[in-house]
Amino acid sequence: MTDTDKAKDSRKIKSVGKMKEIMTTYYIDAKTAEQTGKKVAWITSGGPVEPLIAMDVIPVYPENYGAMIGASKMGGDLCQKAEELGYSGDLCSYARADIVCSMVDGGPIGGLPKPDMLICCNNICGTVLKWYEIQARHYNVPLFILDTPFCHTEYTQESRKYVRAQIDEYTHFLENACKTKFDHDRMKEVGKLSVEGQVLWQEVLDTAMNRPSPMTCFDAFFHLALIVTLRGTQIAVDYYRSLLEEMKQRVADGISAIPHERYRLLWDNLPIWYRVKWMSEKFAAHDACLVADTYTSAWCGQLKYMDEDNFLDSMAEGYTRIYLNIGVDEMIKIVLEMVDKYDVDGFVMHSNRSCKPYSLGQYDIQRAVQKERGIPSVMIESHMIDERSFSESQSETRIDAFMEMIKQKG
Amino acid sequence: MERFNDFYEAVSDTGKYIRNLKNSGKKILGYVCSYTPEEIILAAGIHPVRLFGTEGNIALADAHLQSYTCSLARGVLEGALSGELDYLDGMIFPHTCDTIQRLSDIWRLNTDFGFFSDVVLPVKLDTESAREYMEDVLRKFRSDLEEGMGVTITDGALEKSIEKYNRIRGCLKTIYELRSADPGILTGADVYAIVKGSMIMDRDYLLERLPEVIEMLRDRKPSTDMGKKRIALTGSICNQPDIYTIIEKSGGVVVWDDLCTGSRYFEGLTDTNGDPVAAIANRYIERQICPAKHMSNTSRGDCIVEMVRKNNVQGVIFLLLKFCDPHDFDYPYIKGFLDREDIPSMLLEIEDQLPSEGQLMTRFETFIHML
Repeated sequence: MTDTDKAKDSRKIKSVGKMKEIMTTYYIDAKTAEQTGKKVAWITSGGPVEPLIAMDVIPVYPENYGAMIGASKMGGDLCQKAEELGYSGDLCSYARADIVCSMVDGGPIGGLPKPDMLICCNNICGTVLKWYEIQARHYNVPLFILDTPFCHTEYTQESRKYVRAQIDEYTHFLENACKTKFDHDRMKEVGKLSVEGQVLWQEVLDTAMNRPSPMTCFDAFFHLALIVTLRGTQIAVDYYRSLLEEMKQRVADGISAIPHERYRLLWDNLPIWYRVKWMSEKFAAHDACLVADTYTSAWCGQLKYMDEDNFLDSMAEGYTRIYLNIGVDEMIKIVLEMVDKYDVDGFVMHSNRSCKPYSLGQYDIQRAVQKERGIPSVMIESHMIDERSFSESQSETRIDAFMEMIKQKG
Repeated sequence: MERFNDFYEAVSDTGKYIRNLKNSGKKILGYVCSYTPEEIILAAGIHPVRLFGTEGNIALADAHLQSYTCSLARGVLEGALSGELDYLDGMIFPHTCDTIQRLSDIWRLNTDFGFFSDVVLPVKLDTESAREYMEDVLRKFRSDLEEGMGVTITDGALEKSIEKYNRIRGCLKTIYELRSADPGILTGADVYAIVKGSMIMDRDYLLERLPEVIEMLRDRKPSTDMGKKRIALTGSICNQPDIYTIIEKSGGVVVWDDLCTGSRYFEGLTDTNGDPVAAIANRYIERQICPAKHMSNTSRGDCIVEMVRKNNVQGVIFLLLKFCDPHDFDYPYIKGFLDREDIPSMLLEIEDQLPSEGQLMTRFETFIHML
C-alpha cells in the first residue's frame, strides 16, 4: 500500500489550525497587556496558574517560549549568547535561551511581554528558582516562590501544612500585586474549569490506547500548549472537547497517526524540540508509533488529588505530588502502568542534559522496565533546545539498533 | 604541617580514621550537605561524617548517574557501591539541589546501610511558614533518628550538643580570622586539613584540639609580610588541597572563603536559650545561604561583597564543580557584583581531577599578577 496524498491528508489532525489560532490570540493579548491595562505574570510550567486566571492576570510561560525557540531552531544561537554572558553550557537550555532573550531583547515573536510579577513553583526543578531569581533581578518585579517539598516516599504532614499555608500567601501576594481583593467565587469556577480541562486532556491522551493509535506523543507535545498555558479557562475546555471528538472520530474511522502502526512505543522526558519532525518520521519509517509519553500526562496525572469543589485546598497536594516531584521508585510504578495501559513494545528515553530531575534516575527506571516487562529500551542524549548538543548520526544508529531488537522480538 | 598531623591523617585516609572510631563502638552516619543537622545526630551519640567523593575512579556509579552529573554525586555513590564507605551505619540527605535529590533516590534503592533519611528542608528561607516548616522537618528528623537508631534524644543532650558545635564552629572561625589577620601563620593546606578534618574527626577530640591550635597560632610571632595577594574562594566544596599550595606558589594566599566545606560550615552560632530545635532552624535561616536556597534575590552577592571588604580581599576565585547548576546560575550575577566593586575574579571549573599543576599555575599567576 502506498501512502497517497489523500491518505496523508486524512491523517492530519484538523484541530491543529484552531490551536494555532488560539495560541496566536493568546500571545497577542499578552503582548498588548500594557495597552489593555492587564497584568502579566511569568509562571513556571508546573505552577498553579488558576489563581492568576481568577484574578484576570495573563499568565506567560517562559518554558512554552523555550519550546517555541527550540521548534524554530533558534536555541543553539541563543544558548551560545548566554554562554557569552557567563552562563555555563551545562545549564538548562530553556533557562539559558529565555534569560538571554530578556537581556538582549531577542528571540521569536519579538520577545515575551515584560512581567509585572513572577510566580515560581519548584515542583519541577531547582533550576526554575535560579532562573526566576535572575529574572526578578533583571525586571525588578516581585517574585513569589511556591516551595513544594520533594516527595521522595511520601507527602508528609509537615509538607501538607507548609504548602497549604503558602497557597494563602500566594493569594495575598496576588491581592498586593493586583491591588484588588481575591475573588473566591471566581476561583471556584476556574478550579472547576481546570479540573474539567485536565480530565479532557487525559481522555485525549487515552485515545492512544486504541490500535492503531489516532495520535502520537509528537502530536501530544503540540496539543499540550493549552493545558499548560490556559488551564482553568473555558477556551481550553472547549478546545480539548473538540480535539477529543476528533480523536474519537479518527478511531471510529480507523485513521491512524502513522501509515502502518506495527510497533507501539513509550517516550520519556521532554521532547527534543528541534528534532520532533525528524524523530517522528524516523520512527514512522520503522512502522513504530510513539503512542504515549511521561511528559504530557504530567498536566493531568494529579487528578486523583484534585477536588473541584475544594480546589485551593486540594491543589496544594496536587501541585506537590506531580511526576517530577516524586521518588524514582514511584516514577517506575507510573512508567510500568503506562507500559501496560498503552501496550507498548519498547521504551524511548531522552536523556536530557537540560533537565536533571527528569534524567538522573533514568538508568534505574530503564533497568526496572527491562526487568519487570522485558521490553527493549533506547537512550538518546541531547539538550532539549540547544541543537548544537545533538548528534543525529549517533541517535540514528541507536534508534535503528533499538528497532531491530523490537522487530526480532516481534 | 607536622603540627597538624592528626588532621592531615584523618583527611588523607578518612576510611581508616572512621573505621577506628567505629571499632571503639561508635555508630557512623554520612552526609553531603552543610544543612545537615549534625547537632541532632551528635546528641544521639552518633558520629556524623561528611563525605567528599571517592579518590578512586568512577565505574559503578556510571550505571546510575549520567556523565553530566557532578563529581561529588558520582564520587559519593561510587564509594557507596564499591564498599569504600562500608563503615557507614546510615546516610542523611538534606534537600539540596536537583542532583542530590535524585542521588538520594538512587542511594535508597541501591544501597543498604541501615538508617536512611531524607530531610526535605524548605528551599526558601525568607518567610515565617518556611521557618516553621524547617522546624517541623527537624523535629521529624529527630524522631525518625530516635526510632531508626533505637536511641532517645533528650533536650538536655541536644543542648549539650549545640554547645559543642558552637565551640567547634567558633574555633574554626577564630582560626580563619587569625589567618586573615596574618596569612603567613599557617598554610592554606593546613587550614584545609583542619576544616575538612573537623567534619570527619571525633567532635569531642576537636573540642580539646582546636583550642590548642588557636593557642599555638596566637603564640606565633607575626609573620613577615610576603607581599602575597589576598584571595578568597567561592563555590561549593573544595576537595583539592593542592589548590591552596598552587595559589601560594603563584603569589597569592587564600584569606577567606564562601564554600560549603569552609565558612558556610561554621558561620553563625546556634542560640542556646529557648527550644533547641527551633534554634537549629534559626541558624540555617540566618546563615549565609547555599545557592540552592532562596533568601533574597541578591543575598549571596551582597554577602560575598561584604566578605571581600571585611577581609581586604584583592581577588576572588570561583571554584565551581562542573555540572553544579545552582552555582553556575549565580556566577554571572555575583561576578557582576564584584566587577561593580572593582574586585577582579576568575573562574576555575573543576571536574574529577584538577588540571596539571603547570597549567593551573599559569592561570593563577596571570590572574594574581593583574591584582
